[in-house]
Amino acid sequence: MGDIVKRGVIEHAEALARGEYSAEELVRAYLARIEEKEASVDAFLYVDCERALDLARESDKRRADGVSRGRFDGIPIAVKDNICTRSMPTTCASKMLDGYIPPYDATVIERLRANGFIIIGKTNMDEFGMGSSCENSAFKITKNPFDNERVAGGSSGGSAAAVAAFEAPCALGSDTGGSVRQPSAFCGTVGMKPTYGRVSRYGLVAFASSLEQIGVITSSVADNAALLGMMAGQDAKDATTASVGAADFESDISGGVSRLRIGFPRELFGKGISREVREAVLAAAEKYGDMGAEVFEVSLPSLEYALPAYYVISSAEASSNLSRFDGVRYGYRAAEYENITELYLRSRSQGLGDEVKRRIMLGTFALSAGYYDEYYARARRAAALIKRDFERVFRECDLLLSPTTPETAFKIGEKKNSPTQMYATDICSVPANIAGIPALSLPCGVSAEGLPIGMQLMGDSFSEALLYRAAYAFERLGEAKNG
Amino acid sequence: MAERYEMIVGLEVHVELKTETKIFCSCPTIFGAEPNTQCCPVCMGLPGALPTLNRRVVEYAIKAGLATNCRIARQTGLDRKNYFYPDLPKAYQISQYDRPLCYGGWLDIESGGEKKRIGITRIHIEEDAGKLIHDGERGTMIDCNRCGVPLIEIVSEPDIRSAQEAKLYLKKLRSLMLYAGVSDCKMNEGSLRCDVNISVRPVGSSELGERCEIKNLNSFAFAAKAIEYEFERQTALLERGERLTRETRRFDASSGKTYAMRSKESAEDYRYFPEPDLPPLTVSEETVARLANELPRLPDLRAEEYISKYSLSEYDSEIITSDMALADYFEAAVRTSAYPKLLANILISEILGRVEQEDFYCPISPENLAEIADMSGEGLINSSTAKKLIKRLWLSDEPPREVVMREELFQINDREALTEAILAVIRADARVVADYKSGRTVAAKSVVGRVMSATGGRANPALLGELTQEILKSQ
Repeated sequence: MGDIVKRGVIEHAEALARGEYSAEELVRAYLARIEEKEASVDAFLYVDCERALDLARESDKRRADGVSRGRFDGIPIAVKDNICTRSMPTTCASKMLDGYIPPYDATVIERLRANGFIIIGKTNMDEFGMGSSCENSAFKITKNPFDNERVAGGSSGGSAAAVAAFEAPCALGSDTGGSVRQPSAFCGTVGMKPTYGRVSRYGLVAFASSLEQIGVITSSVADNAALLGMMAGQDAKDATTASVGAADFESDISGGVSRLRIGFPRELFGKGISREVREAVLAAAEKYGDMGAEVFEVSLPSLEYALPAYYVISSAEASSNLSRFDGVRYGYRAAEYENITELYLRSRSQGLGDEVKRRIMLGTFALSAGYYDEYYARARRAAALIKRDFERVFRECDLLLSPTTPETAFKIGEKKNSPTQMYATDICSVPANIAGIPALSLPCGVSAEGLPIGMQLMGDSFSEALLYRAAYAFERLGEAKNG
Repeated sequence: MAERYEMIVGLEVHVELKTETKIFCSCPTIFGAEPNTQCCPVCMGLPGALPTLNRRVVEYAIKAGLATNCRIARQTGLDRKNYFYPDLPKAYQISQYDRPLCYGGWLDIESGGEKKRIGITRIHIEEDAGKLIHDGERGTMIDCNRCGVPLIEIVSEPDIRSAQEAKLYLKKLRSLMLYAGVSDCKMNEGSLRCDVNISVRPVGSSELGERCEIKNLNSFAFAAKAIEYEFERQTALLERGERLTRETRRFDASSGKTYAMRSKESAEDYRYFPEPDLPPLTVSEETVARLANELPRLPDLRAEEYISKYSLSEYDSEIITSDMALADYFEAAVRTSAYPKLLANILISEILGRVEQEDFYCPISPENLAEIADMSGEGLINSSTAKKLIKRLWLSDEPPREVVMREELFQINDREALTEAILAVIRADARVVADYKSGRTVAAKSVVGRVMSATGGRANPALLGELTQEILKSQ
C-alpha cells in the first residue's frame, strides 16, 4: 500500500475497478501522505479530511451497488483555492477572503463531483493568482518538493507541489499568464492551460477574465488528457465558453508525431533563457525530429509586446474584478471606520496584499480617463497583433515548442523584492493567454541541481488533442523521469 | 428677465424592462418581494459568478429603439462602468459606453398645436443596482432584489425648450414604451425614472451654458417642476453676474426646489472598458426585421389613419392614440360602427372621465359602445339616454339595443306625440305663454324641460325645441 500515492489517476481508476484497494483506502493513503509532507511542502490551505473519508465510503458503496459515477469515482483531487467549492473555504490565499465559504460549486467542481471525484483540499497560491512563486500568499509559502528552499512556482504553486509531492494524484489550477504551466515546470508535473473558452470559468474567482482558464495538473500526460476531457465543454453559465463538441483527448493520444510540423519560436529561446533550459528544450526538439516530426525555427516578432500587454490588460481587468472585495457584504472588514469611504479604504488597505494593491493601482491607472488609449487600448492592439502572429505561424506549423520558463525554480525570497524581475519570468507563458491558445508544460529534463526543467507545447485554438499526442510521445521516451 | 433667456433641456430616462428574469441571471424580477429573496450568486456579484446575457433584454431594447425611430447597431457589446457604492455588489455596473444598441432616433410631440421633433441620441441596455434601506436602529441594509433588473437608458438630444415640452416628451415616450410592450412604465414602482440635464442661455445665443443634472425624478409633474425651478435659479444667477457650476442636483418634492448633490469637478472616472465576461453582441438583420414585425402600429401612424379614414380631429386622434389600450379599444369599436366621430366623442367625453387609473380600461365591450354611438347617430336615442346607458352598462354590460327596445328608451321623434306633450304642459300652466309673449324666452326652455321630464328624457331635443317655439308663437 505504501506507494499507491505515487500512482496516477488512470492507474487508480484501474486499481479501484479491479478492487485492488477501496476509495476509502486511497483517500486515507493521501491523507497520510499530506500529514507527512505538509510540514515541509505547505501545499494546502485546507484539507477536508472528514468529508473526504465520508465521500470515499459513499463512493465505495456506489461501486459495490453497481451505481458508480464512472471510472474516476472515488479518486481524490486537490483544487486551487480560487475555485469555488460549496461548504469549503475559498480564500484565494487572501486575508480579504479568509473564512469565506461560497454558497455554490464552480461548474468544474460540479463536473468533478458528478464523475465521483473527491475534493481532498484547497491548495495554496499567490493571492488572487497574482504572482509566480506563491510568496504572495497571505497564509504560507509553498516549497518546491525537489528543494524546500526553492519556490514551487505560482500562482498555482500549491496544486503543482501537491501533485509533485504525491499529496494528490491530480489538481486543478488556473492559468492567467502561466499559473498552471510555470509551477508545473518548476515541480516536474504536466500542466495544461486549455484554449480560452474550452473550460467554464463559472466559479473561478476572476483575476483577468479575458485571459484565464482553469487547467489541470497531473503527473502524466494521459491523466491530464482524461481529466480535461471530463471538465471541458460549453457551460450555459459562462458566456465565453465555446460551442465545440465533446472533447475526447484520449483516443488519439498514442498517434505519434510522425510528419508533425513543430516550430520553435526564435523569440522564446533568446535573452533571459538559461543555458540549461535552452539546451534541454532543444534536445527535446531533436528527439521530436528523431520521432519523425519536422522541426524548424519560426519567428513571432510581436512577442516582444507580450509581457507589457499582458501586465496592462490583466491588471486593468483585475482592478475591476477585485473591486467587489469592499468589506460590505462578505470577506474582511476593517474593525474601525467612520463612514462608508473609510470602510472601503481600510478594509481594502488591510485586507489585500502588496502585490494585489500594486496591480489594482496599475490597472486603475491604465483604465483612467486620459490614459486609457495610451495603455489599455494600446495593449489590446498589441494583443490583436500577437493573435495574428500566432494565426500566421500556425499556417506554417502544427505546434510550437519552447521553454515553459526561462529558468528552473528559484530560491524563496530571491525575486521577492523585484516585481519586474518576477514579471519577466512569465515571458514564455503569457503569449498563449493573450492569444487564447492551448499550451501545455511537461518535464523535459533535470538541471545539474536536480531541479525539473519544463518545456511548453503551444497549438492553435482547440488543438488540445494534438498537444496531448505530442506530449505523450515525448513522455514515452522516458527522458524526463526524475524524483 | 426670464424672457431674455431660454432653457436647453435634455432628458435621460431609465425604463425597467418587463422581462420575467433579470438581465444576467435567471432570478425573477417581480416588484415588491421580500428583501433578498430574488437573488443568486450572479446578481449578488459573489466571487466567481459570471453574467450571461438575457437575449430578451436585447430584443426589448431593440423594440424600444424601433418605436423611437432609432438605428440599431449590428455589432456592439457591453461595458463595465466602475464605481463603489454599497448597492452595487460587483462595484461595477454592466452597461454600454460608446456602442449603444440603438442610436439616432426621434419622436414627435404636439406642443401648442405645433408638431415638434425631439431627437433621441441613444438607447442602451444596463443592469439596475440594489436598494439601500435605511433603518434608524439597524443601520443601512441592502436589498439585492433589484440588482440585475434590466434597464434601458434613453437619452434625448438637448432639443427641449420648456417644462411643458419635457412633460409632453415624457408622456409620448411612456406611451411608445407601452405600445412597444417593453415595460410597464409604472412610475410609482420606479420602472420609469428620469434625469434632467438643463442649462440656460440668452435668447439668440448659440453657445451652451454650463449645465446641471437633476437626478431621479419619479413623476412627470416633478420633472416639470424641477425644470421650472432650475430655469429660474439659473437665470437669476446669470442675472446677478454669477457663474454657474456644472453639478448634480436633486429635487425635493415638498419644497419644489433643487439642491446641489455634488459638483462635476469631483466627478468620478468610471473607467469604462469592454466587459470581458460577455462575448460581443451581434444583431442580425433578421432579428431586427422580426422585432419590427412584432411591433404594433404606433400612435403617429394610427392618428394619421383616424384623421384620414374617420375624419377625426387631430386633437381627438391624439388623445385616443396616447394610450395603446384606448386606441385598440377605439379600433375594435369603430369596426362595427357607422358613426366613428360620434364614437370618438362618446369615448373621450363619456368613457375617459370614468377611468380612474393611469391606463385605459373599459368594462363596456367595444361592440356595445359602438352600438350606443350608432343608436345616437341614427336618432334612435338622444344624448341623455346615451349617457344613462353608459352609466348602466359600466356596471353591468349587455347589448344596449336590446335594453333600449325592451325598456322603450328610444327617442320620441313623433311630432304628434311631442305636440300633445307640449300642449299638456301649456294647458297645465298658462303663464308660460304669457311669459313667452312678453319676451321672456326662458319660458320656452322651461317648457322643453318639463316635456323632457314627462317623457323620461327621451324626447328628440332638436325636434322638441322646434315644436315648442312653433306652438308658443301660435298661441
